[in-house]
Amino acid sequence: MTMFEGILLTIVTAATPLLFVAIGELVSERAGVLNLGVEGMMAVGAVCGFAIAHLSGSPILGIFAAILGGMIMASLFAVVTLIFVANQVASGLALTLFGLGLSALIGDAFVGIPGIGLPKIDIPGLSDIPVIGSLVFGLDPLTYLAVAITIAVSWFLFRTRGGLILRSVGDNHVSAHALGYGVVRVRFMAVLFGGACAGLGGAYLSLVYTPQWTQNMTAGRGWIALALVVFASWLPYRVMIGAVLFGGISILQLHAQGFNVPIPSQFLTMLPYLTTVIVLVLISRNRTLLRINTPACLGQPFVPDR
Amino acid sequence: MGTQPNPAGDDFSKRLEGVATLSAHGITKDFGALRANDSVDFSIMPGEIHALLGENGAGKSTLVKMLYGVLQPTAGEIRWKGKPAVILNPAAARRLGIGMVFQHFSLFDALTVAENIALAIEGAGAMSQLRDRITKVSAEYGLPLNPDSVVADLSVGQRQRVEIVRCLLQEPQLIIMDEPTSVLTPQEADDLFVTLKRLASEGCSVLYISHRLEEVRAICHHATILRHGKVVAECDPKQETAARLASLMVGEEVRQLNPPEPVPDSAPVRIAVHGVSQPRPHPFAVALDNITLEVRGGEIVSIAGVAGNGQDEFFDVLSGEVLAASGTIEIDGNDCRRQGVNARRRLNAAFVPEERLGHGAVPRFKLSQNVVLTRNGTREGLVRTGVVNFLGARSIVGRVTEAFDVRKGTPDPEAAALSGGNLQKFVVGREYDRKPGVFVVSQPTWGVDAGAATTIRQALVDLARAGSAVLVISQDLDEILEISDRIAVISHGKLSTPRDASGITREEIGLLMTGVSDDGQGAAHAH
Repeated sequence: MTMFEGILLTIVTAATPLLFVAIGELVSERAGVLNLGVEGMMAVGAVCGFAIAHLSGSPILGIFAAILGGMIMASLFAVVTLIFVANQVASGLALTLFGLGLSALIGDAFVGIPGIGLPKIDIPGLSDIPVIGSLVFGLDPLTYLAVAITIAVSWFLFRTRGGLILRSVGDNHVSAHALGYGVVRVRFMAVLFGGACAGLGGAYLSLVYTPQWTQNMTAGRGWIALALVVFASWLPYRVMIGAVLFGGISILQLHAQGFNVPIPSQFLTMLPYLTTVIVLVLISRNRTLLRINTPACLGQPFVPDR
Repeated sequence: MGTQPNPAGDDFSKRLEGVATLSAHGITKDFGALRANDSVDFSIMPGEIHALLGENGAGKSTLVKMLYGVLQPTAGEIRWKGKPAVILNPAAARRLGIGMVFQHFSLFDALTVAENIALAIEGAGAMSQLRDRITKVSAEYGLPLNPDSVVADLSVGQRQRVEIVRCLLQEPQLIIMDEPTSVLTPQEADDLFVTLKRLASEGCSVLYISHRLEEVRAICHHATILRHGKVVAECDPKQETAARLASLMVGEEVRQLNPPEPVPDSAPVRIAVHGVSQPRPHPFAVALDNITLEVRGGEIVSIAGVAGNGQDEFFDVLSGEVLAASGTIEIDGNDCRRQGVNARRRLNAAFVPEERLGHGAVPRFKLSQNVVLTRNGTREGLVRTGVVNFLGARSIVGRVTEAFDVRKGTPDPEAAALSGGNLQKFVVGREYDRKPGVFVVSQPTWGVDAGAATTIRQALVDLARAGSAVLVISQDLDEILEISDRIAVISHGKLSTPRDASGITREEIGLLMTGVSDDGQGAAHAH
């Protein structure tokens, strides 16, 4: 395996958790719900995945536990914001703080224990092709799942009736209600999907990326994923491009440190977050693009009149 | 008044034959302590265009929402073709054969025409099939539409076509139309009437909600009049005068406005706009194209036009919320193109925006606080060395309340606690109370009842007679023709040359609205 190949592989592994989380948040935001609690859901997913995999010895069970953990957190958010119509921004921030604290509490017993990694797929013959062999056919199963989910979400949103209804709810919830669609029900399911995806992203961290549990191991990835959704102007395939881009930047800064590039390491560590800020500013300048793709009801509470 | 149902005999006997498409029996709807509908009875016959008349707040919208399943009645029964029906939600209404065209369109801006229509039809099937059906039905009824256009790019008239075609595709037996012509040019309205008559001749019933009496008299076969949630009369509108229908709606004779007087040529120009252009700030907005307009002291100039043709953008440039990219704006000879709202207010100008909550008033602020907000910089003594004189602000609230009959629960409630019409009265009154030299007002009587509308229009006329320049931006052609000295029309961000109101006809204004005489862009509307 060449070094170039190695760098590309690490980029893919850095991009995968971002892709999971961002695609889930994209679905939630397309339905009009801004869930700022992704970081918290991700952390709970990571600790649930690690704990159950360790206790049961099965990483597959761990993955399901992570999905469940993310969904429970998401349902908490959904009940508070959709049924009790609390402010989405405040509730989302609270969910992040709560999730980070809860994951630290659950994970206390698991600090320092070596985890169980998910085996990589190895297809004889195909995986041995130089460069693309290991990049296309030799990855861990969760990465394939992330790509499959992205394609499925894109197909669902733009090719199916369910997706049309979901987008209509995010574009104009008053009209969607007047046509007889269950705005709260659609949003609830979208938020749950977002939670499941965030849980998967967390599980990827604690079972594949670095198979162990450390407190705050999500390290702001949830926030980057949130920025990614805006960066992608709510289009799934752009989320994929963005995830690779951001994954690449975070990996390149590691390699730059390895090569003794004469820039203080603190600055290099800043790079992904700095890029996030810069990209968001650049995106906001193009208001035409934003205005056409932004779900018009994003973050707005909905109370049907009865 | 003690008006009894007084149907014209001929029509009445005809109506008794056959089974009503839909009938309501003792329908009552309570919202907390408020009774929006009080045992309403009425029936719609097959092939009948049935008008539902009433002022704002009379309970028309509540009633039709119950017929369409958006709301549930507190008491009473709805019968569909003689059989009791419970309409739990709009989908159930559509299954029965009830379609609805909403007043504020229920369309999705970011979706295409075909997607919007697919959302309203259960089991719409494949998109390509639906597209063909849309093209076919829209051509058949003279409502041309491109199924692949994004709704955000369509004009208001075209959006209404989408709603109508969406109804027609469900092959309804009853179409409910909530104030359909309020957003149309006179020509577009005529096209709509042709479509409605054709539907009626095919046996489809139409429930037509409007407060435009002339058009009700022209096309409706029967009318039910609501006041304060109760049916006060039923009649054949063709047999009644518009004045009588109006008095039935309001419950009293509508007061006539004092007629305007001619303005001498020597009157000074108080607001002058020359060559103002402005690129559009976002894709759903309209660019302003070289607008020139002068208003003299003592006259009322009105700007007519279909919504979304640059009215909001022009207002923002006039008020100073947005600084014009090029051109000049002068108030009493002072160049203020680069000055903001407060600086213009200090030149004794006042502005009433179209959007009342959030633009004309802060919803969660008390009325007195809202008074301070538009006067803090005008040197009227409400703010002295940074300290607010709330006593003075409250006395202004009292004055406005009295002059404009603002109805409110407590002496100084939050702006959001007022009903739409009352808040409109307050916002107009608040600015009128300053006796501004230049008064720019957008949709002055939007959502207020006929009595209050007369009060507001009279205030505008009085202000002009006292020497102020009044500029009205409105979509209500009747209002414009009633109060204006001169009339200009805005279309696609261009302003026509103002013309004397005495010599202009509705048809001429309508043609200007479509932009035909300017650049031919309105050709799509005319056919």
